[in-house]
Amino acid sequence: MTVHFKQDEPVNSNRLDGMKQGVLGKPLPRIEGLAKVTGTASYAAEFPVENCAEGVLVTATITRGEVTSIDRESVLSMPGVIAVIDDEKLCTRAAQGTANEAPMQGPSQVCYWGQPIALVVAETFEQARDAAKHLAVEYRKEEGAPLDPSEVEPEEQEDETVHQGDLAHAMADAAHSVDVTYTTKGHASAAMEPHAAIAQWDGDKLTVHASLQMLNYNITELADALDMKEENIRLISRFVGGGFGSKLGISEEVVAAALAAKEVGRPVRVVQSRQQVFQTVMRRSETTQRLRLAADSDGKLIGFGHEALVSNLPGETFAEPVLQSSHFMYGGENRELMLNVARIHRMTAGSVRAPGEAVGMPALEGAMDVLAAKAGIDPVELRLRNIPEKDPEDGLPFSSHKLAECLKQGAEAFGWDKDQRKPRQRREGEWWIGTGMASAARVHNISEAKARVTLKTDGTALVETDMTDIGTGTYTILAQIAGEMLGLDPKRVLVELGDTRHPRGPGSGGSWGAASIGSAVYVACKAIREELATRIGTSEDKLELSEGKTATGESLTDLLEGKDLAREGHYEPGDIEDDYTASGFGAFFAEVRVNHYTGETRVERMLGAFGFGRVLNAKTARSQCIGGITWSIGVALTEALEFDPRDGHLVNCDLAEYHVPVHRDVPDLDVVLVEERDGAASPIQAKGIGELGMCGGAAAIANAIYNACGARLYDYPMTPDRVLAVMPD
Amino acid sequence: MADTITVNETAYPTPDDPRVSLLDFLRQHIGLTGTKKGCDHGQCGACTVIVNGVRINSCLTLAAMHDGDSVTTIEGLGTPDEPSALQRAFLEHDGFQCGYCTPGQICSATAMLEEIAADWPSDASENLEGRIAISGEEIRERMSGNLCRCGAYANIVAAIEEVAAGGRS
Ligand code: FES
Ligand code: FES
Repeated sequence: MTVHFKQDEPVNSNRLDGMKQGVLGKPLPRIEGLAKVTGTASYAAEFPVENCAEGVLVTATITRGEVTSIDRESVLSMPGVIAVIDDEKLCTRAAQGTANEAPMQGPSQVCYWGQPIALVVAETFEQARDAAKHLAVEYRKEEGAPLDPSEVEPEEQEDETVHQGDLAHAMADAAHSVDVTYTTKGHASAAMEPHAAIAQWDGDKLTVHASLQMLNYNITELADALDMKEENIRLISRFVGGGFGSKLGISEEVVAAALAAKEVGRPVRVVQSRQQVFQTVMRRSETTQRLRLAADSDGKLIGFGHEALVSNLPGETFAEPVLQSSHFMYGGENRELMLNVARIHRMTAGSVRAPGEAVGMPALEGAMDVLAAKAGIDPVELRLRNIPEKDPEDGLPFSSHKLAECLKQGAEAFGWDKDQRKPRQRREGEWWIGTGMASAARVHNISEAKARVTLKTDGTALVETDMTDIGTGTYTILAQIAGEMLGLDPKRVLVELGDTRHPRGPGSGGSWGAASIGSAVYVACKAIREELATRIGTSEDKLELSEGKTATGESLTDLLEGKDLAREGHYEPGDIEDDYTASGFGAFFAEVRVNHYTGETRVERMLGAFGFGRVLNAKTARSQCIGGITWSIGVALTEALEFDPRDGHLVNCDLAEYHVPVHRDVPDLDVVLVEERDGAASPIQAKGIGELGMCGGAAAIANAIYNACGARLYDYPMTPDRVLAVMPD
Repeated sequence: MADTITVNETAYPTPDDPRVSLLDFLRQHIGLTGTKKGCDHGQCGACTVIVNGVRINSCLTLAAMHDGDSVTTIEGLGTPDEPSALQRAFLEHDGFQCGYCTPGQICSATAMLEEIAADWPSDASENLEGRIAISGEEIRERMSGNLCRCGAYANIVAAIEEVAAGGRS
């Protein structure tokens, strides 16, 4: 039985607070944690499959043109080689998040350097790898593909454009104004588990173990790519070794494995090499961003401008949504916002953790610091003065707004020193020491979701959905929600995820996973409670359940009368999405030291205070926050994709050359969870936290660099050479 | 006599193909998939195992080179029923998220604590000679070859510090 709940109004009953089990929000360790720490959790490439052949992708070594011939014979005589697949159904790009249709196919047409063009299948990985290197390919090159975003006429993304009032006039009238241009380099998700798939056919039924974030969309994408019916496909992703956007849509190896397994008549595994993951999956676009801030003498904004240029391949609809939170972050009645996309032939640009705010907020919050310094106003105070009462563009109310609390509680916990705002106040030997801060914002997304909950006669519960846990804590929070609603210790709740045989979840992406699937589980549990209440002659809102019993001592197992009780919860956001502007908010504080002679920056300590609705598990929520803050350190100081100007290929395509933060780059991190209930966000009053932790954090570091040594930089990442170039004597 | 590698106290013949890395041998040939492949190039530490008591990146060495060696993988350190102290501490401190770097972090940390106990100095050590004190900086420096893209570093260090404190007091 399915129970559908479409949310048109806020749900402020906060029912979960009235439940008696008392487990929701508690910092429970992850229920799948023991499997992970003992190496017994199996990821996509690790399922034991009999007689599995190995496939290795071959990628293009031209930027644009056509594959004119693939000489199969060049490798078919090599030991162990079984087949060369160059089917026109092979995907040449990964699908964008929520695409719900096949990504670009047709490997004979090359659109970027590194694009997959074929798959070599052999008995062993070593044989397939060797053969893939030896495959002779001929091309017809098309010269002159544009590669530099600044050299093409960009396309305006019209839905992003805002012209409100007269910004030029406001800038001229302003007591204090800032007009600065920031740049950010491209980023890679660099999830630790490379993209992998094992495909197996049984007649016309296909099973694929894959590493994917959104099976609910991926099954449709795969069906479309292979021209199949969804009911003949089963996708399984029980453990996903990180996604960060790179596994939102199906990627090239999934389709390649399926096609190859069909052709060779046995299972095939395809694992992308680390270099292939870098070069063929998704990059975050580089950005150029002009920020204009016009303030009156009190620092209150009267004008706000944010214009950005990003890039992508021809044929891609995704444009890094740089302005996403700028639309509502601060007031200012005169506004100019515009997003432009340059069509160039670098690899596909798509979602990387916190698309938009991950780079938009560091630019905006850097500019706010410039304004604070110009106006002589404490940066925390400047932000407090500019929190809008309602959305400054469409006039909608905020569903909730915790920025002020985050700024205040964060400043207090960090020991923010208002009087230390002049640069170069502290020096130890070669090192300048300083502090900086920034606001955080990440739009709240919510999605349709389904989950089945079964209360079992043995006194346990089962939660089933195709939702994934990509390290976010889904397994654990769903056990907590079901445990809370049904009066069970979460240990007695079995959660089965990542299998398209289960009801469709929302997928993990855009930080909407927990609130969306949590709401589906909530709806299902509420329906089960209603049935139980009827059985004991009371109403659901009076039903008290804990430790498997009602308040009057009846056990759940007795109430079941020997039969499992199952309900499918179907949550759907309705008008609620149009009636409010909803976002998570927060504040970052950082202390850095900057070497006067080398320009090296070290983060000494960092704190984030975040308000994102109900906290479902204080331990896993905090972990999401520290993960985000760690990414902020990478954005600020080290992460930068570099492209060859001659052929557009990604040069630093591995973990030695693309510098993600390592242990020694990351100090102890502090997190302040600013609890709130946001009934307009979801029926469980929760919002997302997977991305908020990196939406602005890089600016806290940039602003701390300025405070420490007086070097004001406008280009991320702030590598030693860049810091030295503007270091005052 | 055929060459053998001992893994978690069981002996296995080395593979015929000399190109097989120790990592692929563990994962593909003997089914010990707890050891992870993150880069295959010695850049991430996900494949860290302990060979004759010393931690190495198993992707950077060929299985055929390990005749007579004794390898300990994550499966050999503890099991879901009997996890090691570090495995328990990682669980309690949430020293992981997706879990993919985790076996490498735990194998690395297990051997790393032995290196400190044996007074091997690091870049973070005050002196090259004499006793090495355990500190957050020592742990961070020595664990920097184990990347965690989920960004669980702060929790990983907390987990290791707890075990280190218990172990040395
Ligand atoms: S897989 Fe060996 S270091 Fe990355
Ligand atoms: S836990 Fe995901 S990479 Fe470390």
